[in-house]
Amino acid sequence: MSERVPATQAAPAASARVQRRRRGLLRTYLTPKQAIPRSARLFLGIGSFVVIITLWSVGSVLINNPLFLPSIPRVGTAWIDMWQHQHFLDDVAWSTFRIVAGFLIAAAMAVPLGLLMGSFEVVRSFFQPPINAIRYMPASAFIVLLIVLLGLGEEEKLTLIWIGVFFQLVLMVMDIAHRVPDEMLNVAYTLGASRWKVFYKVFLPATFPEVVDALRITIGWAWTYLIVAELLGAERGIGTFIIISERFLRMDRIIAAIITIGILGLITDTIFGLIHRWAFPYVEKVHA
Amino acid sequence: MSEIRFVDVAMRYPTRRGEVRALQQISLAVPDGQFACIVGPSGCGKSTLLSIAAGLILPTEGEVLVDGKPAYSPGADRGMVFQSYSLYPWLSVRRNIEFGLEVKRTPKAERARQSGELIRLMKLDGFAEAFPKALSGGMKQRVAIARALANDPEVLLMDEPFGALDALTRQIMQEMLTDLWQRYRKTVLFVTHDIDEAIFLGDVIYIMTNRPGRIRTTLNVDLPRPRNFEMVTSPRFAELRSQVVGIIHEESMKAVESELARA
Ligand SMILES: Nc1ncnc2c1ncn2[C@@H]1O[C@H](COP(=O)(O)OP(=O)(O)OP(=O)(O)O)[C@@H](O)[C@H]1O
Ligand SMILES: [Mg+2]
Repeated sequence: MSERVPATQAAPAASARVQRRRRGLLRTYLTPKQAIPRSARLFLGIGSFVVIITLWSVGSVLINNPLFLPSIPRVGTAWIDMWQHQHFLDDVAWSTFRIVAGFLIAAAMAVPLGLLMGSFEVVRSFFQPPINAIRYMPASAFIVLLIVLLGLGEEEKLTLIWIGVFFQLVLMVMDIAHRVPDEMLNVAYTLGASRWKVFYKVFLPATFPEVVDALRITIGWAWTYLIVAELLGAERGIGTFIIISERFLRMDRIIAAIITIGILGLITDTIFGLIHRWAFPYVEKVHA
Repeated sequence: MSEIRFVDVAMRYPTRRGEVRALQQISLAVPDGQFACIVGPSGCGKSTLLSIAAGLILPTEGEVLVDGKPAYSPGADRGMVFQSYSLYPWLSVRRNIEFGLEVKRTPKAERARQSGELIRLMKLDGFAEAFPKALSGGMKQRVAIARALANDPEVLLMDEPFGALDALTRQIMQEMLTDLWQRYRKTVLFVTHDIDEAIFLGDVIYIMTNRPGRIRTTLNVDLPRPRNFEMVTSPRFAELRSQVVGIIHEESMKAVESELARA
């Protein structure tokens, strides 16, 4: 029996939980782009790890062969042992150095060129066709060529990272530059700015936040190419560590090394996220 | 003394499917201190007209003269306000307003004095150091107008500046703009497709034809100044409105018919 409540004598406000229940669970949790309660977000986030860990544990018990799928404690022990007795820190340091150096070289060339290509049709018309073509050639396909040309030293590894990052990044930056609204520049002209001032006072700052986003995405790709290069021959590095572990059939070490790469990736991503938040507090949509 | 004059201006955009004739035979003069409104059907070339006045694009034919001097390139003498605000998101409200002064290398103290005055005048107090993302649409547009005024341009060009605002905010902005104009007496060329807005703000209304845009009618708005919102309900206002509505309606019908004929 429903009974009408007079407007003046308002019913006690239903709690958020009660309101959600009235709306229906499906509607609360499965409406596109609708925020879900914080507790649910937390639960799901932790839940995904619980699922992975459970599957892994069950799997390792069922398979019962550390050559195929070592158990979690075994990988954990291997991980600690790697740092303590296998000089894993050296490998991590070498890989990190290669990533940073290769990526910096690629970014230092791709960002200026991309900005110029996005703003000057003269530059774009000249560079875009070859870059577009090379972008579709998988960087790892160049590796044999690089080994023949450059040997197995650092040049080869940095060049591979450069190939993998540069061509993608340059086109991403070009698009970013191209998307700067004309009106933003036109306003500056009507405020008396010269072309040069429009370029560095309006055009450049307008592109910065998205350029940092692009760097954040492409540095992740750099890891892929680095590991490939290291697998094919290097004195030290996480990739080298993986290939040596494979020779000794140490699946636990391989998994531990892969997880380490994931952690390094997360750290890089967090650093970029912090830079973004610190340098561009004015950006409307804060990226997660 | 600053007058802006269009002399036989025509604009044709080259496109892949041939030329788009956007403007044809535009001749008009906005004398010093006049508030001129331009209304016309969508796509008739109003924005093109303003871009030519700003020197952002060159007309195919004819020229624009500011105080008799041809305006081939953009300059600080012709300030522009766009519908999309186009504020610089990385600059605070104050630095946005000071942008033109900074470009001119005005000393810092003088910049601060001028932006401070405009911030007060535009009722932006308390938001001087805020970033544009914190502002409502109406406030953003007030910053954009302040930014243009800070430069003390000879002519103010406004392209549907209130087009993106809700009706109430728009009304308030119109009142603010007419007060500002009363104070600064700039020469203004104001594009809108809101007929009431054109009548309320303008000394004169240019009604354009369907594309290619020409000036179809010039209408003097003889409402007294200073204006306030009570005038919107006056009989004279209603008369003017029905005149403009009639002409625009005719042009819009032509636009629809020519589209149908093309189809
Ligand atoms: N760069 C361009 N290239 C080709 N055609 C263009 C270009 N800019 C505008 N046009 C065309 O010229 C005509 C006039 O455009 P304009 O933007 O000046 O019209 P408008 O009156 O401001 O329209 P609206 O009321 O929609 O703002 C339109 O038909 C448009 O499609
Ligand atoms: Mg327009």
